[in-house]
Order: sequence, then structure tokens, then C-alpha cells
Amino acid sequence: MASREETITRKGDSKGNHYLSVCESFLAKIDSRDPFWVQTLRQDALARFRELGFPTTREEQWKYTNVRAIQEANFEPAPREALPKIKKEEVEKLSTCPLRWHRLVFVNGVYSKEFSRLSDLSGAFHVGTIQDAIRTKPKMLEQYLAQCARYDRNGFAALNTALIQDGTFIYMAEGKEFETPIELVFLTDSERGNVMSQPRNLIVFGRSSRATLIESYFSFSDDPYFTNVVTEVVLGDGAVCDYVRLQREGRKAFHISTTQVEVGRNSVFSSVAVDLGGKLVRNNLTVELTEEGAQCDLNGLYLTSDDQHVDNHTLIEHPKPNGTSRQLYKGILDGASTTVFGGKIWVHQDAQKTDAHQTNKNLLLSEHATVDTKPQLEIFADDVKCTHGAAVGQIDEDSVFYLKSRGLPEAKARQLVSYGFANEVVERIKVPSIRAELNQIVLERCERQGSGKAVAS
Amino acid sequence: MLEICDLHVNVDGNEILKGIDLKISKGEVHAIMGPNGSGKSTLARAVAGHPDYEVTQGQVIYQGKNLLDMEAEVRAREGVFLAFQYPVEIPGVTNAYFLRAALNEWRANRSLEELDAADFLELLKEKMKLVGMDPAFGNRAVNAGFSGGEKKRNEILQMLVLEPKLAVLDETDSGLDIDALKTVASGVNHLRAPERSILIVTHYQRILNYITPDFVHVLVGGRIVKSGGKDLAFRLEEKGYDWVREPASAGEMES
Repeated sequence: MASREETITRKGDSKGNHYLSVCESFLAKIDSRDPFWVQTLRQDALARFRELGFPTTREEQWKYTNVRAIQEANFEPAPREALPKIKKEEVEKLSTCPLRWHRLVFVNGVYSKEFSRLSDLSGAFHVGTIQDAIRTKPKMLEQYLAQCARYDRNGFAALNTALIQDGTFIYMAEGKEFETPIELVFLTDSERGNVMSQPRNLIVFGRSSRATLIESYFSFSDDPYFTNVVTEVVLGDGAVCDYVRLQREGRKAFHISTTQVEVGRNSVFSSVAVDLGGKLVRNNLTVELTEEGAQCDLNGLYLTSDDQHVDNHTLIEHPKPNGTSRQLYKGILDGASTTVFGGKIWVHQDAQKTDAHQTNKNLLLSEHATVDTKPQLEIFADDVKCTHGAAVGQIDEDSVFYLKSRGLPEAKARQLVSYGFANEVVERIKVPSIRAELNQIVLERCERQGSGKAVAS
Repeated sequence: MLEICDLHVNVDGNEILKGIDLKISKGEVHAIMGPNGSGKSTLARAVAGHPDYEVTQGQVIYQGKNLLDMEAEVRAREGVFLAFQYPVEIPGVTNAYFLRAALNEWRANRSLEELDAADFLELLKEKMKLVGMDPAFGNRAVNAGFSGGEKKRNEILQMLVLEPKLAVLDETDSGLDIDALKTVASGVNHLRAPERSILIVTHYQRILNYITPDFVHVLVGGRIVKSGGKDLAFRLEEKGYDWVREPASAGEMES
């Protein structure tokens, strides 16, 4: 009871909230030449954040994920002038992607020109930072920024919006196809302080444009830090977007992501989101199939161990007819880790002929690991094809025996079964180099975890 | 090769095999026939070392060693192969990856060098041809989404790659159309050799038209009630299993 009252007091007390003062001092220092609409947007978001605060476990959506530790840790924005000294080779090593790919690298949330590569960009599209776009492309930015990622109900999105400055802005002109993927790389080195970064990404696909995006998170130190990212993706009619999200934060990191996608008529959004790192991770992925014939294919994989907590919440909105959505999220849990899956598919009244399938499967390698899974279907149309399901289980003993009967040792048989379980998601990554890299990572993780003998149920 | 003496096996606490005696010499092909529920598959799985099949009495000597002392994977590396009645699906693991891992375990056991991916693929393609499998199956997940016939072919493929000394085929013929049955049988015949023994567990005589056994045994109620030559299979087909259920013929040895 005491803690409940405490939370309420804290929410109402602006002076008590460290993050409010962070926002206030940010807004006091920010370039006054920024367009008026940007300044207003930040002020509005701050006002909303002041009202919302961080979510508590009393909210249904946050029942299993307690973010008080973030509130109490008082993370600070990294000083822009004194970024950690990271060697370029080290950054290059992080990615197995060919060097010719476009890459935007952020260190502690701040864009690094040194590590980034934006070669051969013609005028038909734009790839750059939000910060630059505020100055050079304000009209284009204004049309989309914070239009789909709403901050009125989500404290983390409100905080991020109040602090809008760093991140990526990509605009693909009509019919434009990007041959090579675009990488967004977020590195954190928190050795010299409790840093937080608030990246903001906006990616706009013009009609019939096509590109692959890879968003990845890495850590250079084993200290606590806080990443709170908001990514907005808008797909015009007939556009195709392949999205890979690779979260390999440090083991003491807090990672909150909000990804909001709008899919236009006959457009296709496919994503594979992989969570390997972090101490406390919460991903909110919302996809709205805004026009007829829109499709999405959302895949997720989380491999957790020790005391990691990974929470994936997804929402797929089907407001119009003939939309298709596919969703497969899988997790392998070891140690005393906990994971949450909350997946909602909302089929509105007009959304006839909706075709939606959702699956969440979890493999428990330890009796101390916990899964909370809640697939949800809300259907208001009558002519639809929708299924959903969730499963939590141990390694299938028949599979283990089958592999052993071919000569594989017990431990290897178990590793192979869990590797296969995870690989079903990895296989859906369309970029060969990323797929191969993840395949290797998953194999190594399974080899390390492989000891996990089935626990008696 | 294999000598089973007074083997009793329990499944979930129920005694299924009630004293099996069976001797298979090198190069021989034996068929075990019997009605549903007679314990045929239990015998096959117990020989392969399935943990759910508890041996309560008796012994199994394989190449002079006590087979029951070995874990399933050791039996496999020593050359025992079970073609499953219901092959298991392993999503996310390709056939080629799995088979190469298995073969390399087997090779490591014999102090042979690992086969690299390229050499292995050559070998795999060659064996796939023998069972009429499209090479594309090498890149598909083990048995995942395979039809019944494809799964059985895949079992025979694994057998051809691993070249066991004792192959046990558990109802490999069930659910196969005539073409698939012929392909599977020719795969098995390909493996027939003086140093290799084969035990075919089946409900129907049909597969024995293509793989001629040296001996046929009839298993009823957990006991071998009749043994004989290949003709026994034809007589069973004609007369049905009721014929051997007659107490008078129990244990009778023909030919």
C-alpha cells in the first residue's frame, strides 16, 4: 500500500521527477532558431509527460513490467561535447554488413559523423539526421514527425518527443528502390556516467518505394544506461519495407522502444525483431494497416538468461478490408529470466476479409524462468479469418530422442532442438549477411544454454 | 550381430514384451510381423534405447557387448539405426545440417576426419538419388511439413548416409503408396550386405515382396509365437493373425 501512495505522489510532483527537470533544462538550452512547430511539439509532449509520468504495474499493459528502476536511476543525457573515445575499427567490427552500405551511427544517442557513411545519395531521397532535417527539411519533417507515434497515452513516447533532437530521418521518394540496406546503429558507452539516449527515427516510404532497414543496439561497457527510442515508419501505397531490429544492449541496460508503423494500400511491412541483451527491455510495436490490401509480417525472437526481463507488446490494427497480418514471436528462456508477450489484433467493423494469424511460442530451459503470454483478438467484423495461439513448454523429448538415435550426444541434441526453435525466426531475415550472423549468434547462445535439461512439469 | 534373450519391457508400468528371444546373425534380414498392439514397435524402440521403454528383465547382446548398457546415442554410433514409424519434425534445423552433424559424430567415434560441407553435400546428393528425393530436401527443416511418404524416404536416406550395421525398420511401409514403397525397398536392398543385418517390423506382408527376408517371426501378445522362412509371411497374409493365435501353434518352429 505504501508503495502505491508513493508512486502517486511522485507522478504529481514535477520537482521530484528527475526526467522532467532533464526535459526542462534541455528545452531551456535548445536552439531557439528551431522552427516554431518543433518547439511547440516538444512543449506539448513535456506537458503530457508531466501528466502521464512513467507507467506503473497497475496499468494492464504494464502489469508484468515494472519500470521504477528507470525512474529511480536518474539517468542523464550524455554530454554532447565529450563523447567517449571509441575506435573506428571497433565500430566497424560490430557489423558484418558490407562497408558499402549506408550507415548512421549514434554514440550515446548523438550522431557520429566519423562512424557514419552516407555515400552516393542522390537527390531523389533523403537520409540524414533529425537534427539536420529540423533545419534543412522542416516542411517535409513537419508533415510526418510525431504524426503516427502518439505520445498522449505513452509516457516514454512523450519523454522522447519532448527531447526530440537526435535520430534518423529517411525519406524515400516515389518509386525509389534502395538496393543496399540502410543501417541505424546505436552504441552506448556508459562508463563515465549513467547515460540515457533518446533516439527518434522517422522513416517515410513514398508510393511504391522499397528498402531494407536494420536498426541495431550495442553496448561498449557493462554499466547501467537507458535507451528510450521512438521509431515511426510510414509506408505509402504499394511500398515495401523490410525491417530488422537487433537489440544487443549491455546486461545492465534499460531499453524501451516504441515503434509505430502505418502501412498504406497494398503495402507490405515485414519485420524481424531480435532481443539478446538488456536487463529490462520493453518493446511496443504498433502496426496500423491503414488502407485496403495492406500487409504486415511481424517476427520476434528473444533469448534470455540470468535476471533479464524482456517484454514485447504488439498491436495490429485492421481498420480496412482485405488486410493481412502474420505474427510469430518466439522465446527461449534460461536462468531466472522473465519474458512477457502481449499481442493484440484489433479487427474493426469495416475490416471484412481480414486474414490475421498470431503465434507466440516459448521454450523454457530452466525451472526458474517465467513467461507471461497474452495473445488477444478483438473482432468486430463478421467475415474474417483470424487465429491466435500461445505455447509455453520444455524441449520436446521425442525430438531429443530422435536426434540421439542418430548419434548426437544428449547435450548437442538439446542444443540443436532449441537452435532450430529459434532459427525458425532467424530464417525470416531476408538480408543474407545479417541472417548468417544471427544464425551464428543463436547457435552459440544455444550451445551455452544447451545444458538446460528439461524440467519436470 | 544381435542376440535378444528373454526380453521383458514395460511402458508406463505395463508389461508389453513378455520374454522375447531372437537371434540375428550377420547379413541376415529378419521380419517381425504381428497384429496391432502385439509389441512390435516396442521391440524396435527398446533396441534403439528409447527412455520410455523400460527393460525389466533379459538381455540384449550386440556385437558381443551389452546393448542395454549403452545410451541411445552410443548405440547409434556403434551402428544401430532405427527408422522411425513416426519420424519427428525438427523445425529450424535443415536436413543437411542435421545429417552432417550425425555423420560427423559417427566419424569422430571412428577417429575419422570431419566431412566438410562441400564433401558432405556430394555424398548427400548421391544418397538422395537412391531414394528419389529432390536435392531441395537437403535445405528443408528435418521432416517439417513433409508428407508421410517423404518422411519415410527421409528415414531411409538417413540410413543410407549413416550406413548402420544393424538397421531396424519400424513400420516403414505404413502409409506408403506402391511407388514410394518400391523406392524405399530398393533403398533398403541397396544396403543389404554380408556384414549388415536388417530387422523389418511390419503389420503387412506387402513390403516383404520387395525385401525378401531370411526369417519371419510372428509376435503376438508380447511373445514370438511362430518363426519360419519367408513363406510364413505369405501364409499369414492368407490366413490372418488368428491362425497363429491358436495355442497349439504357439512357439512352434517351422522349417
